[in-house]
Amino acid sequence: MPKIKLATKSPRIDMTPMVDLFTLLLTFFILTATFRPQEAAPVDTPFSVSETPMMDNNVMTVLITKGNKIFFNVDNGPDTILKFRPKILAEMGKRYNIEFTDDELRKFEKSGAGFGVSIQDMKAYLDARTADEKKVFEKGIPIDSADNQLALWILFARQVNPAVRTMIKGDAEVEFPVVKKVLDILQEKNVNRFNLITNLEKIQVTEAKTE
Amino acid sequence: MAEIIQEEKGKGGKKKPRKGDAHVDMTPMVDLMSLLITFFMLTAAFSKPKVMEIVLPEKIRKDEKVEPPKIAESRTLNIILGPDDKVFWYPGKADPAVTVLQETDFSATGIRQVLLDRNRALFKKIDDFEQKVLKGEIEIKQDSMQNAIKQLKKDDDTGPIVLIKAYKTSKYKNFVDIIDEMSIVGIARWTFTDISWIEENLVNAALGIAPVAQAPAK
Repeated sequence: MPKIKLATKSPRIDMTPMVDLFTLLLTFFILTATFRPQEAAPVDTPFSVSETPMMDNNVMTVLITKGNKIFFNVDNGPDTILKFRPKILAEMGKRYNIEFTDDELRKFEKSGAGFGVSIQDMKAYLDARTADEKKVFEKGIPIDSADNQLALWILFARQVNPAVRTMIKGDAEVEFPVVKKVLDILQEKNVNRFNLITNLEKIQVTEAKTE
Repeated sequence: MAEIIQEEKGKGGKKKPRKGDAHVDMTPMVDLMSLLITFFMLTAAFSKPKVMEIVLPEKIRKDEKVEPPKIAESRTLNIILGPDDKVFWYPGKADPAVTVLQETDFSATGIRQVLLDRNRALFKKIDDFEQKVLKGEIEIKQDSMQNAIKQLKKDDDTGPIVLIKAYKTSKYKNFVDIIDEMSIVGIARWTFTDISWIEENLVNAALGIAPVAQAPAK
């Protein structure tokens, strides 16, 4: 009787379908991925039932963090072509008699992230190499009436790009007077239309219906 | 590291070229792909933030001789956002001697019920309209439906005029919540105004704090 020969080869799994699937997934994620610069400060936005997605371009964002610091961002989008960011910074520098070098303007353009730096610290902030060094300068943009830099940023952002829309991204736990102050500054600059950035919340509306 | 499976040596030691396909080991490729997929999945912005639009009335500057618009007292509903997610409301005009603040919260039976009771007519109109669209009685595109609802709100002249005010220790979250309620209940006219010293005192009293706010010096 012949002996039953056991297979000496290791069993192989055909990985082709797996590779197919992975390639599909990979393509999907690569195509849907949008690279946005990391937000300058962590902000937990409140929830709402609004379903309008955030616009991608022509926006300026005022961030209000938990520590009541004000950050400002002129988002990218058509910026990369029209170069709004360096123009705004140059205008701001002119107002405060600070001359920014081309290198610094480029750095500001490229970063794309929000900043919470007073204009006096901006030069040092842009020249800082590491994130830790940059953190030192992030004390928030001054908004007191003596030196209201946020108002100027808003003014110049709107001068350079008249189509800009205003976003307010506040932390849920921020005390209201700070938000009120930001709203007042915006209204002073004749911005009466705001967009509050929120997260989508699923709630049952039908519960409240009374017939 | 593509590996080709070696044919076992046959008898007589004669090498026979194996027929059939050569296997390419795909494991490293799968490894790499899983890594890339993980990376893209984590960086992908899945939940895009949503925005909520608010329009505030233009500020009347001190030097301008414009009277702020007058509104009917009977239709006015004042909402004051308080600390710890509390909401206070009172109808009409603030009068330190008469006005009593009602305390409520952000739940479905709280402030929403108050708003619904006052906005029933308009809410019903919008609801009926939406139901008809859902049932297919009215054929309308999504865009024009939004406009139709806007028009319904615009034509409304019985619903409340809601004035939202915020007490100094209220949170930004409350502000977003109350605007949310406005859109849920379908309030046609609402705005955000400064809190007056009378109202501040009323809230102080409701919270058990001694009234401190004073009338601003003329």
